[in-house]
Amino acid sequence: MADESLFEFLHMEIVSHIFNEQQSGKGEMDNKDRAACISLLEAMGFRVGQGLIERLTRDTPTFKDELDIMKFICKDFWTKVFRRQVDNLRTNHQGTYVLQDNKFALLTQFSAGKQYLDQAPKYLAFSCGVVRGALSNLGLESVVTAEVSVMPSCKCRWNTNT
Amino acid sequence: MLPFTVYFSPDVFFPQNYPLYIRSVPSQNELKFHYTVHTSLDVVEEKVSAVGKSLADQRELYLGLLYPTEDYKVYGYVTNSKVKFVIVVDSSNTSLRDNEIRSMFRKLHNSFTDVMCNPFYNPGDPILSKAFNGIVSGMMVQTS
Repeated sequence: MADESLFEFLHMEIVSHIFNEQQSGKGEMDNKDRAACISLLEAMGFRVGQGLIERLTRDTPTFKDELDIMKFICKDFWTKVFRRQVDNLRTNHQGTYVLQDNKFALLTQFSAGKQYLDQAPKYLAFSCGVVRGALSNLGLESVVTAEVSVMPSCKCRWNTNT
Repeated sequence: MLPFTVYFSPDVFFPQNYPLYIRSVPSQNELKFHYTVHTSLDVVEEKVSAVGKSLADQRELYLGLLYPTEDYKVYGYVTNSKVKFVIVVDSSNTSLRDNEIRSMFRKLHNSFTDVMCNPFYNPGDPILSKAFNGIVSGMMVQTS
């Protein structure tokens, strides 16, 4: 389906545009600039997540508790946004959730192992923002981070106790 | 007389409950409607917290008639993102049935979703969208 690749290309271009803009002023990028770019990407994702969740929960019945919300995020939300089912969800029942996707849609084109691992965080910032925006509009403030150890598998972790 | 109010409340950490949009026909008495709507928020909160505890599968978004006062009937609706819609109708307008109110809320919700997805709208700002305004006007003309 062509619409999948449309977003993937757009996303790649968004990331490279933001990083190029930041870099054009100076020659080198230091950590502070890198952090600024990543938070810009995450903020974009946040706004998208808010709008998305409004549309996706329009017809679903009210969520009874946090567990219901997490089930929604892992099943319906993840499937609609990343077109895949989540492979694993773990929680410590105290507000921390770790979600694992073994073939994350935005990373499949990079590599099938450890190559380009250092470039991965840039491409995960937007998706973390989307999840954070979704949770925030459902009433849960959280901090969402993602880590990659082997491409294209990624672990997304969030904590709702903040 | 039909005022509409949309309240935004991300209720876990910031229990704010301020109106994003309020409209009434005719436009005098608006202050009275503000008051009615504010007090009806308590009833909404009560219904929302009851959903979690009751065993019956009460998971609808539409909350139904909140409470009838002598002059008005107040209806409520809560979305999954904790945005509350309140419609106040004149009691003398008995021709409005439950189904019609439900469909009004659905239209409002659809319209609100479109406003949320507009990239130029910041969540929490007053709603200035012409499309939203148009839908609300259409509903009020139809029922008055």
